[in-house]
Amino acid sequence: MNALMQNWVAIGSLNDIPRRGARCVKNGEMTIAVFRTADDQVFALEDKCPHRNGPLSQGIVHDGCVTCPLHNWVISLETGKAQGADEGSTASFPVRLDGDTVLLAIGIK
Amino acid sequence: MNRKKLVVIGNGMAPGRMLEHLFENAPDAYDVTIFNAEPRVNYDRIMLSPVLSGEKTFEDIVIHGDGWYVKHGVMLYKGHKVVEIDREARTVRSEHGEVASYDKLVIATGSAPFIIPVPGKDLPGVLTYRDLDDVDAMLLAAQARGKAVVIGGGLLGLEAAAGLKERGMDVTVLHLMPTLMERQLDPAAGYLLKRELENRGIKVVTKANTKQIVGDGRVEGVELEDGTIIPASLVVMAVGIRPNAALAKEAGLAVNRGIVVSAGMQTSDPDIYSVGECAEVDGKVYGLVAPLYQMAEVAAGHLAGDTAKQFVDRATPTRLKVTGIDLYSAGDFAEGDDREEIVLRDATAGVYRRLVLRDNRIIGTVLYGDAGDGPWFFDMLKKETDIAEMRDTLIFGQAYQGGDPLDPTAAVAALPDDAEICGCNGVCKGKIVSTITQKGLTSLDDVRAHTKASNSCGTCTGLVEQLMTLTLGDSYNPAAVQPMCKCTDLGHDDVRRLIKAKGLKTIPAVMQELEWKTSCGCAKCRPALNYYLVCDWPDEYADDYQSRFINERVHANIQKDGTYSVVPRMWGGVTSSAELRAIADVVDKFEIPTVKVTGGQRIDMLGIRKEDLPAVWADLGKAGFVSGQAYAKGLRTVKTCVGSDWCRFGTQDSTGLGIRIEKFMWGSWTPAKVKMAVSGCPRNCAEATCKDVGVVCVDSGFEIHFAGAAGLDIKGTEVLGMVKTEDEALEHIVALTQMYREQGRYLERIYKWAKRIGYDEVRRQIMDDADKRKAYFDRFVFSQNFAQVDPWSERVSGKDKHEFNPMATVTLEAAE
Repeated sequence: MNALMQNWVAIGSLNDIPRRGARCVKNGEMTIAVFRTADDQVFALEDKCPHRNGPLSQGIVHDGCVTCPLHNWVISLETGKAQGADEGSTASFPVRLDGDTVLLAIGIK
Repeated sequence: MNRKKLVVIGNGMAPGRMLEHLFENAPDAYDVTIFNAEPRVNYDRIMLSPVLSGEKTFEDIVIHGDGWYVKHGVMLYKGHKVVEIDREARTVRSEHGEVASYDKLVIATGSAPFIIPVPGKDLPGVLTYRDLDDVDAMLLAAQARGKAVVIGGGLLGLEAAAGLKERGMDVTVLHLMPTLMERQLDPAAGYLLKRELENRGIKVVTKANTKQIVGDGRVEGVELEDGTIIPASLVVMAVGIRPNAALAKEAGLAVNRGIVVSAGMQTSDPDIYSVGECAEVDGKVYGLVAPLYQMAEVAAGHLAGDTAKQFVDRATPTRLKVTGIDLYSAGDFAEGDDREEIVLRDATAGVYRRLVLRDNRIIGTVLYGDAGDGPWFFDMLKKETDIAEMRDTLIFGQAYQGGDPLDPTAAVAALPDDAEICGCNGVCKGKIVSTITQKGLTSLDDVRAHTKASNSCGTCTGLVEQLMTLTLGDSYNPAAVQPMCKCTDLGHDDVRRLIKAKGLKTIPAVMQELEWKTSCGCAKCRPALNYYLVCDWPDEYADDYQSRFINERVHANIQKDGTYSVVPRMWGGVTSSAELRAIADVVDKFEIPTVKVTGGQRIDMLGIRKEDLPAVWADLGKAGFVSGQAYAKGLRTVKTCVGSDWCRFGTQDSTGLGIRIEKFMWGSWTPAKVKMAVSGCPRNCAEATCKDVGVVCVDSGFEIHFAGAAGLDIKGTEVLGMVKTEDEALEHIVALTQMYREQGRYLERIYKWAKRIGYDEVRRQIMDDADKRKAYFDRFVFSQNFAQVDPWSERVSGKDKHEFNPMATVTLEAAE
């Protein structure tokens, strides 16, 4: 296993994240925003809007998207892509639930 | 990838459009640097006239906001005039000494207004009409409501004259030629135009030769060749433009009237291009937007390696952008032996139409009064359509061809796909229709965003809307109520009414009962619904923090780098040594980088990390500070002057009243922010007459003002009425605010709400109807029971802890 390996890390309980909200996970220099939708799905994106690096974790979560708090770009939680007429993309990370535990995958070279 | 360096001198519409094409076709080819002599972003110069007349604001006409430059990695130097091009070293240098090197250079220095060389041309009060600074200067002059003279009866001059008249000035237009706009209009249409302007109270003097501008120290009038003196405090010269080619000439490039370029927009130096009003192609320079946009497209093509694109001289129609005057001209309409003409006049309706024909083909047209058929005639002119068969009915327009009159939509339906709809941006019918269908567009704004049609001067908006009706059927109704957002077809007013009528008390209940089209709304409707429910059911509704913008969720203002700013309340702008010391200690302890005094008489601490917010608030709280709600759609500040306590002119205790209002009303949520002020005398040092609500104290009592604005719009307040005591003043202000809270649309400031429902209606309910006033007042007081909780101390004691700390910090161990 020396190529790209995914490392599932437990980062906390689902209940730590408000519904239609987000929490941050610090990973070295990078901040990852972990989102929870109204129907308890979880998603993880780098906490940086492709437009001007706004903290997406602080935005309003709606229908599988988050609206950036700085200039209202709408970003898909699943793909990290900007919606509508805007173009750009932010990194997304695999995340899953094991019972109530949220597991985040961070790639290691 | 090895990017080349592209430097652009000038940031007008032509280079802006060129870069749009370039970024679309070759996004990674260049690192772009722009030098703009004007201290601002690219805006739509064609729309300066509506800004002058007050129909639009500068923000409405911005083409590329700051974000556009950031998105495309463009280095924009605002307010940097380039003073030298060194072709040997391939560098340019700005007045401020900034030097940039280039692989390719584009000169887009535009043009300068022509100043007629008469004595007095340099007197203060003599302006030109060219950029936003000129418009600002004219608006300033227009405030004095004096007399203005516009020299030049062409397109620009008449737009300036109409705008200044609209702003309340007494305007005279001087024109050298016998009829107005003689380059675009024939004498008959020029006469109709003159009559229309005179009906509006604008004086027009033709055959007027300016001898000199007179005045001692500043403009006092204009003297004509025949000795007549026309008094004026403002003179606008709009007699023409001259290409700005001096910089290119000094650099040794070939220059004639403008900078000489090939049909590929290349100057005599193959690495230097020129576009816009400064460029001269085949002996001609251009001033209308359509050919300039064509130049932009050609230059972008060449820069991206597509050398096949060539500039072609085409006829361009002209339209006058003065509200209520419908005028269209295109092509050649001089008389001649080989020409015939068809003329239609309807004196009562003020309609004049003229077509100039040669060999059964249209070569020119002038339309006045009803210019709707202009594009149709122009399309036939461009295509050299043989009109022999419809000659008898041609002049009546497209609707009269083929028997029964058609409705306007049918007329648009009959246009071919390549018919040009938007002349400014060169967008044809086929492109608009296919974009609507492919991208599923449903609103005019969407169509503008995706196709650019009707995005510049806007005269084709009607045509674009008809195309939308045609393409989308009845589902597009431009007159319909604007829905709150794409999640519902209901407007704000209907939603507010139904929340009360149906007793809806949660966001899910609203979405269910009013048939929301999305499962949990969007960032537009959720904050609005949350506010409506907080306002309408203060004791029952549980505030949904996930539906609030981040600022209201964490009770601080997010900054561009993700840090926050914190503004504590300073009641009425009054502070003390203990408070200032506490602020100083907090600034030191948390190493807060910037401390600034705000416009609302308080202190802003900027650059605080989110994690530190609760600790900052804890320290501020110990000194007695509470949140200043500087982030809220709610009561912000009550600005005061020192009033009768100190001031020798003060008539009442304005400071005391301001503090009393602020202590009574803080914590209340409103549709948009509310800023108030109390001035102790009519000198009005607290600037109460541009606030949402203001009080001007006088000897006999308190004059209450409302509906002012000093932001995107500037508007003096309206007077609500006079009251005798402080208690009455407080009751009236609170009732007014509650009325606004109950009726305003989310994000609608008081001045917009009041204008919408009528100032008299507000006065009637608040001043004249004591029962209503009392009921509003009581409802406000009731809701304050639940709203006046300091959000900072709540969070210091642990509420919403999750907002301020990371969920986890991952430390990766070495993987095997």
